[in-house]
Amino acid sequence: MGKATRAAFGETLLELISEGHDVVAVEADLAGSTTTGKVEEHYPERFFNAGIAEANMVGAAAGLALAGQVAFTGSFAVFGTGRVYDQIRNTVCYNNLDVKIAPTHSGVTVGPDGGSHQMLEDIALMRVLPNMRVLVPADYVAAKAAVRYAATTPGPFYIRLGRANVPSVYGSDSITGIDVPDVTKAHVIRTGKDVTIAACGIEVAQAIGAAELLALEGIEAEVIDVMCVKPLDIETLVGSVSKTGRLVTAEEHSVLGGMGSAVSEVLSEVLPTPTRRIGVVDQFGTSGNPDELIEYFSLDAASIAAAAKELLV
Amino acid sequence: MSHTREFSPSVDFDPQFVSSQATQMRIDIVKMLSYAGSGHPGGSLSAADIVATLYFGGVMNYDPQAELQGSRAPWRDRFILSKGHAAPVQYAALARAGYFDAQEFKTLRHLGAMLQGHPDASKCPGVEVSTGSLGQGLSIAAGLAQGLMLKGQMDKDGQAPPRVYVLLGDGELQEGQNWEAALYAAHYGLDNVVAIVDRNMLQIDGNTEDVMTLGDVAAKFEAFGWEATTIDGHDIPAVHQALTRVRTTGKPYVIVADTVKGKGVSFMEDVAGWHGVAPCAEQCATACAELEPQLSCIASAGIIAAKADTVSAKGGGANG
Repeated sequence: MGKATRAAFGETLLELISEGHDVVAVEADLAGSTTTGKVEEHYPERFFNAGIAEANMVGAAAGLALAGQVAFTGSFAVFGTGRVYDQIRNTVCYNNLDVKIAPTHSGVTVGPDGGSHQMLEDIALMRVLPNMRVLVPADYVAAKAAVRYAATTPGPFYIRLGRANVPSVYGSDSITGIDVPDVTKAHVIRTGKDVTIAACGIEVAQAIGAAELLALEGIEAEVIDVMCVKPLDIETLVGSVSKTGRLVTAEEHSVLGGMGSAVSEVLSEVLPTPTRRIGVVDQFGTSGNPDELIEYFSLDAASIAAAAKELLV
Repeated sequence: MSHTREFSPSVDFDPQFVSSQATQMRIDIVKMLSYAGSGHPGGSLSAADIVATLYFGGVMNYDPQAELQGSRAPWRDRFILSKGHAAPVQYAALARAGYFDAQEFKTLRHLGAMLQGHPDASKCPGVEVSTGSLGQGLSIAAGLAQGLMLKGQMDKDGQAPPRVYVLLGDGELQEGQNWEAALYAAHYGLDNVVAIVDRNMLQIDGNTEDVMTLGDVAAKFEAFGWEATTIDGHDIPAVHQALTRVRTTGKPYVIVADTVKGKGVSFMEDVAGWHGVAPCAEQCATACAELEPQLSCIASAGIIAAKADTVSAKGGGANG
């Protein structure tokens, strides 16, 4: 098991600051959990705690961006996106500012804290905003690349980070052995001809597991990591489904409005494809351990494989 | 660190000139809203004397010429119109300061216009940040002030950072985010934040104290760790004195300006209904007939340009 994607957040900010980037972190009393506390520890002049006041966290980040800083916001995804939607819309995105919304603790893998803290609508909320780009890294290595890319690319970003440790998808000791990914692309990380599984975030590892299960039955699944949910890498997706003719999407998010919806919106216009969407089906989360919850909400490899087989009947 | 914060004026304060500019801005406001057929006269008129003093009383350092040439002077003071619906008062000041031609007034709220219904920094020269969703300007001001301080620390230039002036509506203070920002600005000692509350006592649904009691606004800010003062927001020398007085260092500063909504147009004064309704052509003519005789020493374009040049020339080194 590799590190959590949140672990990449503070570490990458430290690297960027040490390299001379004008980066600041604005937090809302969760510096230890989100790892922005690393900035506080090493560069206290570049760390600002708003206290438990997320709206002001986003507004202050916008102001810091107006003064020439690249401002990353913290907090948990449920507070750092939904609670401050208007601040992100009208101040960050309407002004096209260098504010990078990078809260942690997205999805059901927050675990025991339960449904109030398990954000399942954030991709939907963020991707509909003009000027906003959305990155959903699968592991620690991808998360580091995502934070770095966002810091060095003008304009608003949403980076979806998680609490739980996740398998390493990228790097030399990982499942794929693929080096640091280009976060602007969708990546074919396993090739196959029978069905395409497009996944993002922690579901990429589950999708790889599903492909292995399907292989046992002689089904060749192609697995794509859609780490950049907005703008979508349409070419890679169309290239894959034009070959397989079938698509399963998998995300630790509501099936409404997330990555699966984004991909389906495009394919319905350019290449209508029989599709099954794996995600949380229009409901809130619940307390439990991350592994239990992944199974409970049918986000596990077996559920993805079952969906793929439905398409093959 | 010294215990007081000196103010270094960018140009000499001439109350007659400021008063004339405020009157001209009121005429501009009424006319542009009449052209547009919609918009917010009440809160634009109540803030005219404050905004005129900021731009034409030697309070703010700014440089329209740099902006017209595609750059922005880093030393400029920043103005944020948190009550973005009062855009016409900012547009009037910006045009009269030389950021764009007054002919633009005729396109207010039109498709593709520089002058959007609420200030749009991507379209309008001189607007620092787009606003319109209430309650967010003070947070932006705090972060901006902090970023300017941080830049000063990094550059080690020994200069005090530019000031950030933010104009808040009183009704807007019902938004809780203001009080998050008030805590934040005091906690970080952002003494380059100057908030001005346009305390006109009216919001869309009526008197602020009937809709949601605000009470003693200055005392509330003081309780949050701010330095506060209350003034008559139509007494231009008093506005100027409040904006330029020597202050305690390490504290953000708020000026609660008691004002009259719709000030300067008799039939709009203190009438909540004029919050968001534009005058028709006849009402516009009546309003202008009231205002125009007040243009005492007016302000030909030449005088205004001369003032603007002085501001530009002195700005770089005069920043206290």
